[in-house]
This record gives sequence, structure tokens and C-alpha cells, in this order.
Amino acid sequence: MNAIRRNGLGLVAWLAGVVFFLPIAWMALTSFHSEEDAATNPPSFAAALTLDGYREFFGAGGGASPWPSLINSAVASVASTLLVLLLALPAAYALSIRPVKKWTDVLFFFLSTKMLPVVAGLLPIYLFAKNTDLLDNIWLLVVLYTSMNLPIAVWMMQSFLAEVPVAVIEAARVDGAKLPVILARVVAPIALPGIAATSLICFIFSWNELLFARVLTGVVAETAPVFLTGFITSQGLFLAKVCAASLVISLPVLAAGFAAQDKLVQGLSLGAVK
Amino acid sequence: MTATTTAPVAAPDVRTPARRPSPRLRAWATRAPLLPALVFMIAVTQLPFVATLVISFFDWNSLYPDARSFTGLANYGEVLSDADLRKSVWTTVLLTVAVVLASLILGLALALLLDRRFRGRGLVRTLLIAPFLVVPVAAALLWKHVLYNPEYGLLNGLLHYVGGPQPDWISDTPLLAVEASLVWQWTPFMMLILLAGLQSRDQQQIEAARVDGASDWQIFRHLTLPHLRRYLELGALLGSIYIVQNFDAVFTLTSGGLGTANLPYTVYQSFYQAHENGLASAAGVLVVIGSIIIATFALRVVSSLFREEVSRA
Repeated sequence: MNAIRRNGLGLVAWLAGVVFFLPIAWMALTSFHSEEDAATNPPSFAAALTLDGYREFFGAGGGASPWPSLINSAVASVASTLLVLLLALPAAYALSIRPVKKWTDVLFFFLSTKMLPVVAGLLPIYLFAKNTDLLDNIWLLVVLYTSMNLPIAVWMMQSFLAEVPVAVIEAARVDGAKLPVILARVVAPIALPGIAATSLICFIFSWNELLFARVLTGVVAETAPVFLTGFITSQGLFLAKVCAASLVISLPVLAAGFAAQDKLVQGLSLGAVK
Repeated sequence: MTATTTAPVAAPDVRTPARRPSPRLRAWATRAPLLPALVFMIAVTQLPFVATLVISFFDWNSLYPDARSFTGLANYGEVLSDADLRKSVWTTVLLTVAVVLASLILGLALALLLDRRFRGRGLVRTLLIAPFLVVPVAAALLWKHVLYNPEYGLLNGLLHYVGGPQPDWISDTPLLAVEASLVWQWTPFMMLILLAGLQSRDQQQIEAARVDGASDWQIFRHLTLPHLRRYLELGALLGSIYIVQNFDAVFTLTSGGLGTANLPYTVYQSFYQAHENGLASAAGVLVVIGSIIIATFALRVVSSLFREEVSRA
């Protein structure tokens, strides 16, 4: 009886997993179908496979090439993640290993900025960009994405650095080790996996962002999500192409997300859950 | 934690003071690594909000820049009395509550299923996380064109097999269509937080209850649920903060039409398309006030979990 119930619930879990994954699986399958096979009712599950959808997406049919937007997204995500690390690492150090007075208050200040909605500052940022010729400039997005991710990064890194035992650092200091040596030999090995996960999560959020990119970029600095919005009002036969596009553009996020799986909860809950 | 680290700061005072910098200098040396991040955050997030606040008191359409004038609270009056804007406030509330509740309940069910041992658990977990890792615009496009399309979408395709009706999902039930796509994306998020909560339960306590003859339901009702309460709160509050701000799904699925325009979309539209800077700012400030109410509770939950972690460490 118990065994049947256990297996039964396992089966339910499998079923739920399949149902949730079905839209993605269907998207992947459709991306390899021809446009004619993609738009049938009932759906053609066993239609012949082709790479035409991907060729179309990458501009074979004369449409706009997605490469500039992919490169823009990569620049914005990677550069802002590096900037986040540069600012968050010292800050996290001053909030954990050698904490300032009232360090919890500072930590909560960072968190509260994350709760300020994007639309709260969108208009002044737009007006500022317009008056300083920064509209359609990818580096403006780099700065904004850094501010978007910095609170998350500070929280996560604070919790990772706090795991470094203070006694070990003290021992190294007593032995005459200088700060850079302590950071490289004692702190880094313990905190590195956490720092890597933090970077991946920052990368995901920057890559996904639409509102800032939509308002502040146009032709030159268009990012991948903005490129995707071009499909919103598409008509006619384009399903295979839109599936290929969605999949290719989601691929970096899926890869980063699965790589950071274990630390994902901690990042998403701003370090509150371990 | 604080006690152990402040002790060595006080200790070196016994050494020769001449070689040591003054306490004030040392306090600044401790603060220095923090300053770049703090200054950056204040400059990029707080200053624009102050500007929004100021603009919200002006009658300012960017197409007529010369007609800009101070109007006090008139924009707020207009925002609150404008039928469309009031409706978008209501839409925002409805959208947020529905998505958060549905994904929380589904997430709890999935977390409970995944908390058990069964063959292929890791793979199922990966399958369940995947929807959260699709770029939001891509997910919205997937639902709009590939699933919801009335002629060749997968939903109607599957309904076709069982001889069901062929509804036009987005036109017939626009808000529900947006909500379903968001629930699909946010359920994994809730599941992850609740699963972490389930796995931090005191297993010995549960064993003891079982030995004493407690049923599965009693254990769930009296041990698991009280323990999960704060994780449920955390999921609900963080989910609310993200979904109140949702722009991608509304923009992609319905372009704010059919009564699905929420506040972020309305703010976007009123300055990006209607060029009403003053009105957009007033609406933006209202979003902030709403968020502050949620955030106050959120901060309280995070801080109680946080203090627990610190005291346990």
C-alpha cells in the first residue's frame, strides 16, 4: 500500500514536470519544423525536421540579422556583471569580514533600493539620456543594469563571505600575512563558488531585461529582448522562426540558470533562504 | 558575529600609538570599501526617483515644453480620477494577487511532491525550473503565438483531439491569458523557495511525531505548515514585488489592450506615447507608494529570516 502510494506520488511529480516542460519542448520541436508544418491544427508532431527556422532567424530570408542585438545583450550583461563584482566585492567585505558599525542597516538599505520599481525613475533617466545624447547607447544600459543587480549581489556575497571563518583570517594575520595574501589564499577559495553563482544570476537578470532597453535603445544599442518584440505583431507563417529565435535567445539564460541551480534560490530570495 | 570581529579592532591599542592611524581614520578605512557601491546606488536609483517626485508636481507635456507649469497635486487628482488609470490600478492588483496566489499554491504542491524520494527526482526538478529560465519576452511570445493562437496554437490543437471548443484565448479572456503565462513562469520560483523551506525542517521532530502516531496530515498541518509560514510569506512578497512591476507579459501578449494595462504599462505609455511627463510621474509615484507598502512587510520577513541565520551561525 505504502509502496503504491509512494510510486503514485512519484508519477504525479513526473507528470507535473512534463506538463510544465511541455511548452518548451513544443517550442523546441516547432523550431525544427518547416513553417507550413508549424502552423497546422491538429499539430503535426511527426513532421519532417529542418533548420529553416534557424536560417530564417539568422537573416537568410533577408530579415534583420539578430547578431547586433545578441552582441549588445552580451556586452550589456557581461560588462554590468563585471561592474557589479567590482562594486559588490569590497562592499560585501565591509559588511561581513570586517564589518562597519550598523552593517545590517547598510545591508537593508541596499535591499530597499531593489524594492523601488523601475518605473519610479524611468522618466528622469529617459530625459537625462535624451539631453546628454546617451539614448541608444549600450553603456547607459550597463550602468542601469549594474544598479538593478548590485543589491542582489551585495546580499549574496555578504552571505558567502560571512561563511569564511573569522578565526582562520585572524590566524593568517597573526602569522604576518598581508591583506592581499589573505584575500587570495584564505577568502577566495571559500567564497569563489558563491561569487560565480552571483555572477550568473546577475547575468540572467541583465540578459532578460526589457523595459529599460525598450525605452532607452533604438537602432544601434537594441538588445535581444527588444529584437524579440519585433515578433509581437507578426502575421502569416512565422512560428518556426519565432520558436528558433526564442530558443536561441533563451539559451544563455537556460545554461547560466542550470549552472547556478544550487545557489539560484539564495540569489532569488536575496540571500534570505539558503 | 559582530562581537568576534570588533574585538581585534580594540586590541591593537596597547601597541605604540604613533605607528597606528587615529581611530577616526581607521573607521573610514573600514568604511572605504563600502562607499563606491553606496554612492553608485544613491546616484542611480534615489536621484531619479527624487526627480520623478518633482516632475509629478508639474503640468508638463514634452510636446509642448514651453507650457510647463507647477500644478501642485493636480496630477495626482487627475491620475486618481481618470477612469483608465483607476482601472489600471485595479488591473495591477488583480494581476498581482491572482498570479502570486496561484503560483504559490501550485509551487507548494510541487515542492511537497519534490520533497519525497523517487526515481528521477533531479531530472523532474530541472524540468520544473526550466520555465523560469526562459527569457520573459520569449515566454510571452511562446504563449501568444505558439500556445494561444486560435487557429494553429497548441492548446486548440490538443482540444481538437478531444473534440473540444476552439476558443480565442487572448480575445475571450485577456487578463486570464496574461495571468496563466505568468503563473507558468513564477511557479518554479515559488517551488524553489518552498522546497528550501521544506528541507530546512527539523527531521527529528517529524520522526518523533510519527513515532507518537501522528498522521501525515497532522504532521503537515501542525509541523510543516507553521514552519513554512515565513517561506510562504517571503515567496508571496518577493513575487508581488516582481509581478507588480511586470511589463514584459502585458506588453507582449496584449500590448496593454483589452483591459490588461497595468500601472507599469500605463506609466510607459503615458510618457513614451502620450508624452504626458507630469501624469506619468504621478502614476509612477503611486506605484512606488504601493511597492513601499509591500516592501515594508517584505523587509520585515527577510530581516526575521536573516536574524535567525545570523544567530544560528
